[in-house]
Amino acid sequence: MNAPTDYLLQLADTALVLAQRNAEWCGHGPVLEEDLAMANISLDLIGQARYLYQYAAAGLGGDASEDRLAYFRDANEYRCLTLVELPNHGPRSGGAACAPDYATTIVRNFLHAALMALLWAELQHSSDTQLAAIAARSVKEARYHLRHCGDWLLRFGDGTAESHARAQAALDHLWPYTQEFWTPSPAELAACAHAGAPHPASLHAAWDNRVDAAIAAATLQRPPNCGFLCRGKFGQHSEHLSYLLAEMQVVARAHPDAVW
Amino acid sequence: MYTQAMDIPDPAQPAPATPDLADPAQLARFEAVLSGGGRIEAQDWMPAAYRKTLLRQISQHAHSEIVGMLPEGNWISRAPSLKRKAILIAKVQDEGGHGLYLYGAAETLGARRADLIDALLAGRAKYSSIFNYPTLGWADVGVIGWLVDGAAIMNQIPLCRCSYGPYARAMIRICKEESFHQRQGYEALLVMMRGTGAQRRMVQDAVDRWWWKCLAMFGPPDADSEHGAQSMRWGIKRMGNDELRQKFIDATVPQAQILGVTLPDPQLKWNDERGHYDHGPIDWEEFRSTLAGDGPCNRERIATRAEAHENGRWVREAALAHARKQQQRAQGAGT
Amino acid sequence: MSTPALKDWPLWEVFVRSKQGLEHKHCGSLHAADAAQALRLARDVYTRRQEGVSIWVVPSAAITASNPDDKAELFDPAADKIYRHPSFYDLPDDLGNM
Repeated sequence: MNAPTDYLLQLADTALVLAQRNAEWCGHGPVLEEDLAMANISLDLIGQARYLYQYAAAGLGGDASEDRLAYFRDANEYRCLTLVELPNHGPRSGGAACAPDYATTIVRNFLHAALMALLWAELQHSSDTQLAAIAARSVKEARYHLRHCGDWLLRFGDGTAESHARAQAALDHLWPYTQEFWTPSPAELAACAHAGAPHPASLHAAWDNRVDAAIAAATLQRPPNCGFLCRGKFGQHSEHLSYLLAEMQVVARAHPDAVW
Repeated sequence: MYTQAMDIPDPAQPAPATPDLADPAQLARFEAVLSGGGRIEAQDWMPAAYRKTLLRQISQHAHSEIVGMLPEGNWISRAPSLKRKAILIAKVQDEGGHGLYLYGAAETLGARRADLIDALLAGRAKYSSIFNYPTLGWADVGVIGWLVDGAAIMNQIPLCRCSYGPYARAMIRICKEESFHQRQGYEALLVMMRGTGAQRRMVQDAVDRWWWKCLAMFGPPDADSEHGAQSMRWGIKRMGNDELRQKFIDATVPQAQILGVTLPDPQLKWNDERGHYDHGPIDWEEFRSTLAGDGPCNRERIATRAEAHENGRWVREAALAHARKQQQRAQGAGT
Repeated sequence: MSTPALKDWPLWEVFVRSKQGLEHKHCGSLHAADAAQALRLARDVYTRRQEGVSIWVVPSAAITASNPDDKAELFDPAADKIYRHPSFYDLPDDLGNM
């Protein structure tokens, strides 16, 4: 059986919103070579989002399209993980200005890619053949993203006192948001029951192993599992998503009948 | 993306007025390679003035690519479709890559990228003035692809035959990659021109703002160009400013007609006698003042590059520190 | 042992094999702090358009190059050894391919 549309949207929204965040570095990266590398990650994620939205739109029929789904849904209709919508810097209220921090970007991508490398690998065996095909191409990308961010995490942890402190601060800031990974949304339960998708909690131990090893190699400390349990997958987001979407959607919504 | 108006005299480093005192035999060998259409390679002997002119031109070219990421990058977050967002990221990314290849070519002449970037951020180096204008609407992205990249290609193709091997090779790679830049811009505009009235007005507005700036990009008339003649003789520059500008206009007018936009020059018309389009006068005063630092976005562009460079300092240092520790650990394990 | 302070990441030369069965070819350079990073960044800088299936990176400082001033004595002597080329030998047409 096929995965429910909400499940596809959860995956697509997460990929798109993270691409949007990562793309903020394009032209502003710490060094030219890395600027290109991060742009590649954004492009991979936009590609994943497009395949998923196109598939979801085909299932919805009518006037649904990848761009209708991306540009004409509000924050409370988005189903992305809260982790990916947070700004590229430490904790601030919505709209507060703050210089971007590469450690936040790298740690976020690392925590997320560690999840996606596992999830896409499992989804290759989904009974939803189209989703399985998307997973088969995405898993390679996720593994590369994990390697990219893992390499940086090691360099930050082992590098200078400043880079170590920044990486640890980013880890402390972002860690609580990973708890959302393991709490199933209704869409995930449905995908698990009917489309051969893994139960989120079943990925937890493997994720722990992978993440713990990288954190230890980087001589960083794993933060305790505590803090607020966010619910982006349920459509309850941080203050930041609405700003991100307002910017992303502004041209498309100003010209609702336009084709680009 | 970049164009001809490079090799702009740098007031801090005036070009040497007299040829350097070289070994006549070496100079003769150098001249023989150039006149035979050959290539000079990094380790070959070259006159100091040739090296200096090349270094200035290549680094200005590299800076232009890097600063050029900003005006288009300004629209990545707001691209109105996912397809256009991906295309734009890939294009801005390419420009970063082109800057990288060009810095690499400059490094073969003995410069260090870090020093070149310091010169840019300190305001000691020039870059193409076109990037000091703002991108005010989504159609600007398409128009930059069509006109600015179109103008750049006019200049870059002859540079693939530049006498300095590493520069020529970088240009070949760049031209290959750039071939999609102009096409994607033109195609985006075609789709908009077939769309709503508001979309068509956006395109025309962007064309009105960019057309004259693009003509100025080719640099002042050849008669005014201080370095032109020497650079032509050295094979660092292959075509004159006016010749390239004319070529660009002749190629662009029919494209504008197919697109359905009006180029904002009432004097633009076909001259049967010359076999070219005539055009109205270019405002060189505005070009010079923008180049001198008084364009609408000069300060914003440099300040933004400087901030990114400063924000990235700890990242670059972390990687170096880790590399050194790894090296020390390996040495420690070896003894 | 202390390493001298570096302002810049060191330079690496990048060689790419465009497809299986072909040799690695020099395609450019980049900056990276260490070899592993150089390899990863070379992938992002030089293979964005499926240009390669394998990458080598070499520290630019590790390359020993011939001196252009020696060009004449190194390479000119090969010019008159035309007997090294198959076209030097005149064979009857009815021999066919050899």
